Amino acid sequence: MKLDSKIPSGAIHEKWSNRKFEQKLVNPANKRKYKVIVVGSGLAGAAAAASMAELGYQVECFCFQDSPRRAHSIAAQGGINAAKNYRNDGDSVYRLFYDTVKGGDFRAREANVYRLAELSVNIIDQAVAQGVPFAREYGGLLDNRSFGGAQVSRTFYARGQTGQQLLLGAYAALSRQIGLKAVKMFARTEMLDVVVVDGHAKGIVVRDLQTGEIRTHAADAVVLCTGGYGNVFYLSTNAKNCNVTATWRAHRRGAGFANPCYTQIHPTCIPVSGDHQSKLTLMSESLRNDGRVWVPLKKGDKRKAADIPDTERDYFLERKYPSFGNLAPRDIASRAAMTVCDEGRGIGDTGLGVYLDFRDSIQRLGKEAIAARYGNLFHMYAKITAEDPYSRPMRIFPAVHYTMGGLWVDYDLQSTIPGLFVCGEANFSDHGANRLGASALMQGLADGYFVIPYTIGGYLAGQKPGSVDGKRPEFAQAAASVAEMTKRLLGIQGKRTVDDFHRTLGKIMWSKCGMARSEKGLKEAIASIQGLRADFWKDVRVLGDGMNVNQSLEKAGRVADFLEFGELMCRDALERRESCGGHFREEWQDDGEARRDDQNFCHAAVWEHKGEPKDAVRHQEQLHFENVHLAVRSYK
Amino acid sequence: MKLTLHIWRQQKRSTAADFKQDGRMVRYELDGVSPDMSFLEMLDVLNEQLIKKGEEPVVFDHDCREGICGSCSLMIDGEPHGPQSGTTTCQLHMRSFRDGAEIWIEPWRAKAFPVVKDLMVDRSAFDRVVQAGAFISVNTGAPQDANAIPVPKADADRAFDAATCIGCGACVAACKNASAMLFVGAKVSHFMHLPQGRVERETRARNLVAAMDKEGFGNCTNQNECEAACPKEIPVRVIAEMNREFLRAKAVEEPPSGKRVGGDG
Repeated sequence: MKLDSKIPSGAIHEKWSNRKFEQKLVNPANKRKYKVIVVGSGLAGAAAAASMAELGYQVECFCFQDSPRRAHSIAAQGGINAAKNYRNDGDSVYRLFYDTVKGGDFRAREANVYRLAELSVNIIDQAVAQGVPFAREYGGLLDNRSFGGAQVSRTFYARGQTGQQLLLGAYAALSRQIGLKAVKMFARTEMLDVVVVDGHAKGIVVRDLQTGEIRTHAADAVVLCTGGYGNVFYLSTNAKNCNVTATWRAHRRGAGFANPCYTQIHPTCIPVSGDHQSKLTLMSESLRNDGRVWVPLKKGDKRKAADIPDTERDYFLERKYPSFGNLAPRDIASRAAMTVCDEGRGIGDTGLGVYLDFRDSIQRLGKEAIAARYGNLFHMYAKITAEDPYSRPMRIFPAVHYTMGGLWVDYDLQSTIPGLFVCGEANFSDHGANRLGASALMQGLADGYFVIPYTIGGYLAGQKPGSVDGKRPEFAQAAASVAEMTKRLLGIQGKRTVDDFHRTLGKIMWSKCGMARSEKGLKEAIASIQGLRADFWKDVRVLGDGMNVNQSLEKAGRVADFLEFGELMCRDALERRESCGGHFREEWQDDGEARRDDQNFCHAAVWEHKGEPKDAVRHQEQLHFENVHLAVRSYK
Repeated sequence: MKLTLHIWRQQKRSTAADFKQDGRMVRYELDGVSPDMSFLEMLDVLNEQLIKKGEEPVVFDHDCREGICGSCSLMIDGEPHGPQSGTTTCQLHMRSFRDGAEIWIEPWRAKAFPVVKDLMVDRSAFDRVVQAGAFISVNTGAPQDANAIPVPKADADRAFDAATCIGCGACVAACKNASAMLFVGAKVSHFMHLPQGRVERETRARNLVAAMDKEGFGNCTNQNECEAACPKEIPVRVIAEMNREFLRAKAVEEPPSGKRVGGDG
């Protein structure tokens, strides 16, 4: 597997301009001859499909939801970063770049991160032009707030529904192109394979989730915008149907998978209430602007929060990280919370929780001001827990939230399969080993609106339009293998439900490949997953048939992929013998702080599929830090 | 908690003409429900038991389970999203029901929302309405700086209140006329309060109303059931605003085809 990152020449701030200039162009009259498939309709997918259609390409867009508006980007709460420096507080493109490289614990590609910071300002302009109702001040100008890992206020927001408003903006742009017949939209349609012809991605296999029909679509290029794999843990803040299937099946067809072990555990989620729990709910990181995180100083203190005086409270983030305080980055804050719980100072019935307390902010600013900032989040918290967060502190606990790993892509967002591009959370490129808050929306939209529309032209310019049609045997073969898998899943008729297997896998992943990982635990996890996977193919029960809506069948295919992917994730975690960002190996730490090994691990690990996850081959893309110099990441 | 459930089961997709095709209410007894479960988690438990018994699980749309994606629906005891106001089904918890309760669960019923299977309906009519004009016609590119167009905070807030619509369809399900006017009104209201949105206000109002009628949604007779059912509590003022925008558009001369009326009028 050849890993050519294709980083453009020039100084860091010239690279993107250089690439845009060097790139071959497709002339406007020829653009309409090319067809591009976009899989996924979240921020990256909707933005990419709309923008490419505006340029003149024929676009086909696919999503498994009943409407493109429902992609999980919609659930992002807190905000989107942009280096506008509207606050006059010293922000700049360079500072956002610096913060993101450092926040990612020096495991991201500098050139990509710089481009992201550069494009951040265009995103806000674009969104406002589309009518995205960002929060404003009385003078009519845009408001900002602070987020973890930054000492400037650069986060734009729309109450606690920023993802929703940005996605509706992208969905509106996409809908406009659908109305103009420039995009053909296929909702309730799930991608189940990539078709590779002569080494290039030239189409996909899909299953119509309503009729069960399996069919193929041919195109000149394929763009995957299919999100992250957090649901490998069963419980996560992802939507129930988020899955790894599109990227995993692309991996099986030859796309390298980079850094699968990098997962983000978000510090502020509502704690688990029981075994029936089907998902975890995030409470936006923005709450840490005004909420203070604490646990009782004494072990096993069961008094009500209000009865514990300040002198007997441990505001542990403020104590450990005085310069960032409650706004320490997510990985750091999550681990700190886990540590105090391990010490027996966790709160609630399970002892797995810490307080997020608004008492002081409400006293300082008034209840109304807090309600204006976070009203919908407080409302959601009250709905779920039946507790009033205005009068008693929220209970929070870390949960799986985002995955930094993904398909390996070069600077142009092209995977190791030519013609297969990957945008948004589905790729690995910009966040290194830890993503800073309010950067996911930024990356999804930067990739979709401003990167892929340019870089895809560079690839297409070298391709004859429509050179491959759906009559090539590779299409029928790929469709047959999908049909075969469907038949196999329906034919097992075992005893255990799909959810039962998924839950078991999730428990293995959370206990052995979650917040803290060790060689022993990871080896055990690999063995357990292999066993579970064998059981799955013998004992899963999927009822009904393939020719109708069959939600168990959909889940079964996704869980089958998670059962392979989980093993690769553990192998990646095992081989990365260092701690960095969200990847914490117990063997490499300094008193609870991650210890990186830049000598041996300053690289992205890229896995090549060789049949079984145990046979996958690990390749490396060396990372070079020419601008932000390698240093211990400290928020003290 | 112990519950008796009556759930609409339907194998085949219904046609617009016969939306009750082939379906029926089926009774299920369910034990061991925790009051901390969400309504959908309760259905998960039922489905796990059904699969173990060899019966096909109940199909229902759901995804984010945090009240924002708009996938979940369900008519619960005759109310869209159940008894709690300002709440989607996925955020409704079983503590809102008493032990031993008997609960009736049906899909959304509307001509424009055919049932796909069991409790799952086809809401693509909403997408087609949006495609008719619920957008600002700007291409991706290099618009002016975001702060170049100040928007008074009160206007931004009004636009935002309308923009919170999640497109779940509860408003249609609640309405005896199966009207989509709260949904469409929310779109109109969102854009009319923003200077960027005013450029196309006449065409938008005309096109959205025409698309909504074409999909077979009914008209508004001011019962306000939609506002009561809306999980995002979108106010009926958006319907008044839409009517005003529509009348206003009617008063302005229609542009020759292919051209748009510019400016604020």
